[in-house]
Formats: sequence, structure tokens, C-alpha cells
Amino acid sequence: MMEFGITFIILACVFGLFMAWGVGANDVANAMATSVGSKALTIKQAIIIAAVFEFLGAFLAGGQVTATIRKGMIDADLMAGSPELLIYGMLAALLAAGIWLLIASRAGWPVSTTHSIVGAIVGFAAVGLGIEAVQWAKVGTIVMSWVISPVTSGAIAFFLFLSVQKLIFNTDNPLANARRYVPLYIFLVGFIVSLVTLFKGLKHIGLELTTLQSYLVAVVIGAIIMMIGIYFIRQLKFDPAADREYHFTNVEKVFGILMMATACAMAFAHGSNDVANAVGPLAAVVSIVQNDGEVTQRSMMAPWILLLGGIGIVAGLMMYGHKVIATVGQGITELTPSRGFAATLAAATTVVVASGTGLPISTTHTLVGAVLGVGMARGIAAVNMGVVRTIFMSWIVTLPAGAILAIFFFFMFKGIFGG
Amino acid sequence: MPRSYISGLFGTSPISPLQQHMAKVQATVTELLPFFKAALAEDWEKAESMQQLIATRENEADALKRELRLKLPHGLFMPVSRRDLLEVLTMQDRIANKAKDIAGLMLGRKMQFPEAMHASLLDFVNRCSDATAQAQTAINELDELVATGFGGNEVDLVESMIHKLDTIESDTDDIQVAVRAILFKMEKELPPVDVMFMYRILDWIGDLADLAQRVGSRLELMLAR
Repeated sequence: MMEFGITFIILACVFGLFMAWGVGANDVANAMATSVGSKALTIKQAIIIAAVFEFLGAFLAGGQVTATIRKGMIDADLMAGSPELLIYGMLAALLAAGIWLLIASRAGWPVSTTHSIVGAIVGFAAVGLGIEAVQWAKVGTIVMSWVISPVTSGAIAFFLFLSVQKLIFNTDNPLANARRYVPLYIFLVGFIVSLVTLFKGLKHIGLELTTLQSYLVAVVIGAIIMMIGIYFIRQLKFDPAADREYHFTNVEKVFGILMMATACAMAFAHGSNDVANAVGPLAAVVSIVQNDGEVTQRSMMAPWILLLGGIGIVAGLMMYGHKVIATVGQGITELTPSRGFAATLAAATTVVVASGTGLPISTTHTLVGAVLGVGMARGIAAVNMGVVRTIFMSWIVTLPAGAILAIFFFFMFKGIFGG
Repeated sequence: MPRSYISGLFGTSPISPLQQHMAKVQATVTELLPFFKAALAEDWEKAESMQQLIATRENEADALKRELRLKLPHGLFMPVSRRDLLEVLTMQDRIANKAKDIAGLMLGRKMQFPEAMHASLLDFVNRCSDATAQAQTAINELDELVATGFGGNEVDLVESMIHKLDTIESDTDDIQVAVRAILFKMEKELPPVDVMFMYRILDWIGDLADLAQRVGSRLELMLAR
């Protein structure tokens, strides 16, 4: 019955790569915006960090969200008799989301990749397979997480920034305290990211750890990153004269080192969450074809699929995304490393936890929430609320747009391949 | 043009333009002392060139003011209230206007103050310019205030600056009383219209320090929120 098996896999790979390329070309720049904008990184460093850590995030921690996109939103048992419909649907969803993102980024609309793909999958499932085929409870959880994630990251950013003020800026000797506490923040970055990643399994690369082991490994990784950070902080040259104009110039230099660690965490988090948008449907198609048409909820995903997604993202970044990142640096002039750090770490933490839970959330929205959190702590000179509104409104438009396109392509594939 | 939505999120900060405006205002005020020296020495040629300079500086400050106002659309989320910010800007602007008015009036009428007043008059101008300079020092702390989220040591520092500004302002009040007293003793021997304008100039010089103090009070309101 799977006469078109190879064709389906090739199509899914092409569409999946196209989508991953789109994520790399457009979305990565948003994730890196606060890091590049704070001028703690050069454009070149930002691109290298993005390439390495997006890939690592996608490959090491992208599995949970991919599983959700692949099989969490559709009741596969209902599809047992007609697996080809699921294949058409997943191909349609990929194509729809990819095309919608292309249109939107051409027009400059702030749309979310996650919202596009979720809208597309729910759309084709509800119309093409029937309302009851959609796991509404799960979809409800996902939509809830879109509301909760910006709020959570906003709250984390708020308290992070307050802690920075309390421990460093509002003390008699901010520079000494920066050198004392910044390494601890660096430890925190390494610890949180590695702990969440370890908890949610590295089975696919053959690594299984107990809870205690995970904690130990996370502490070790955090400590190693902290040592590297301390080394770089020691290398810094402080110029007391620079503090005359702006009193915290030297303190911000220390935060610059922290920002590098946070930028890595953010790229990792983004890779872990957003690669799924591209490879989730691809994984679904591959597993159905490989299981000879049997729709199964249990099968493991092949690691090469995550690898492919990672490669797609890095390719998009290299071919086009670097231009966007370069313009971001000039766009943001008011973000210092200390503020950028609070916003970025809050967003990265929220995204990485969501990735561990398998929730596909919008990295952009989470970051916007975090920036607002720093703003609430009176830490940012001007936040454009009009832009905030546009970004949040865009997901209301994106859901039906992704859905309608997916329905269209679903019936198109059904017409071509028969069913 | 490739871009990122996040970069649009960060509006242009009003803080450094506000500081630039204050710097320009202070540059206007500092020219008053040389202007007075020239005018009191009745070197009207030099006084005129000084007055021209003051007027130019004031125009530049006006341009900065307009530019800043355009950068403050509604819907900008800032750590300080938009109203306080615009109020500070207005006060700063009135300092520059006042300096220009003083120079304009003195030059226009080629005013001659009695010899006995010269020393205290220069002292008065100098002290009022100290007041505006102190206001500028305080305004220059605004970006540090944002870094600290308007808390801790930075607030104490700015509060002590504002306190010092108040002290300077009350100094200027004392000097003003003294200068007026000298003029009062001599006013009957001088042409009444000239005397009237001398009092007006004294009031205006005093206004410089008053306005500087009001810049400080607005800044204090920003801290209190």
C-alpha cells in the first residue's frame, strides 16, 4: 500500500529542510537579538554561537517537542485504517507553514513558526480527518502555554534584574561585586540548561542517567562554564576613566562575559524548541512509512531526523540569517549587557523548560515577555508597546492562516496521490 | 531589508537626548557671565557677539527639544512617566529662553548698571549658572538611575545632588536680596524707566536658579514613583 513510500519521505525531507531553513533564516535572528543588541558579542561571534548551539539544542534537546508535533496533537488510533491521510496532512502542514512564513517574512509581519505549524496541523486534522481526530486537550495545553510562557519569562526576568540591582548595581563597589557574582550567574546558566536537557533524556545518543547523576553532571558542566567565565573576566582590562561618563561602563564589561554564556543558552533553547516545527511532521511521515503504514504512537524517532533539522537551521542562518542578525545590532541601541542578560536568560530558561516538557512555544513571544519584565523593573529606557501589541496580535492571524493553507494542500495531495 | 521584530521593540531612549538638551542649555547659560562682563564694561560690540552666541545656542536647544518631543509617542513604556519627562524638558527649555531674554533685553536697551552693583551682579549671575550646572549634573545621572532600576545608592547620590541644588538656589536668593538692596538705595537718583528694567533683569537672573531647582524637583518626583 505504501507504493509512494520513498516519494513521501523525499517530499517530507525537502519540505522539512525548507521549513528548517526558514527558521534559521528568520527566527534565529530574533532569538539572538538581545545578545547582539547589547553589543556584548560581535556579529561574527553571534553567528558562530548561533550555529553551534542551535545545532546542539536541536540535536540534543529537540526530541520532546518533536514528539509533540509528530504525534501529540492527533489521535493516531483513529487513523489506523488510513495512514496515507496522516502523511498527506503532515506534508500539507509543513508546506503550509513554510509558505506562510515565507510570505510573512517578506512582508515583515512578526509571525511565529510554532504558531504556524500548530495552526496548520490542527487545521488539516480538524477538516481533513474530522474534529474528533484532534487531541483537543493537548492542543488546549499548548495554547495555554503560549499565554503562560511570556508571563513566566517576564516574571523571571523581573526578579533576575532585581537580583542584579541588589547584588551589584546598588552596592558601594559595583565592580567588585560584579566580579564576585557574575561567575555565579554564569554557573546558573550552565546548570539550568544542562539539567533540563539531561532530565528530558539523551537516550537517542545513548546516554541514560539517574536523577542524581543528572544533577551531578549539571553541576560539573555549570562549574566548567563558570571557570571559563572566570578566566575571561580575569583577562578583562578595566579603565577607571571610562566610568566618568557612564558610571557602570566597567561593570557592563563583566556582564559582557556573562552575556556570551547566556547567548549560547538562548541559541540552544531556540534550537531545542523550534527545530521541532520543521522536523516533527517529517518524523511523523518517516515513522509511518517505515512501519509499513502502521500508525504507531510508540516508535522511537531516528536521530538523523533531528540532525537534518539542525543542518537546515544552520544552513538558513549561514545563507540568509546572518544578514538579519547584522541589522539587529544596529537596531537596538539601548540595551546594556546587564539588561540583555536578564531578558535573555529568563527567555532561555522558560524555553528550555518548555522544550523539556514537550511544549512547542514561541521563542519570540517568550523573549518579548522577558524584555517587558526588565522594563517593569524600570530597567529599560523605552519599550515600544505598539510593537509588543503587533507581535502578540500576529498569532491570532497566524493560526487560521496556517490552517487554511494546510487544508488546501491536504486536499491537493489527496488529489495527487489518491486516497 | 532583513530585520528582526525584536529590534523594533526597543524604542529610542529619551534619556540621552534629554541630557544633550540640558548640556546645550547649560552651554547657553555659561555664556551669560562673559556677556555681563562685556556689557558692564560697555564693550557693546563684544556684548553683541556674545548675545548672538547665546541666541544660537538657544536655537540649537530648541531644535533638540522638538526632536525629543517627536521621539516620545504615546505607547512608549518607560521607567519614568512621560509627563515628568516632558515637564523636565520644558523647565530646561525655559532656562535657555530666559538666558536669551536677559541678553536680548540688556543689549537692546544698552543697559548700564551702577558701578556699585557690578561685583554682586556678576556674583549673582555666576551663582545662578552654578545652579543650572548642578541641575545638569543631576540630569546626567538619569542613565545610571535606569541601570539601577531607580534604587539603592544611585538614588541617594541623586538626592544629595538635588539637595545641593536647593542650597545653591537659596544662596542665589540671598544674593538677589543683597543686589536689590544696593539698587534700592540708589534708585531715586537713576532714571525711573532704567531702574524698572534693572529690577526686571534681576528677577530674570533669579528665575534661572528657580527653573534649575524645578528641574531638580521633577527629577525627585521621578525617583519617588
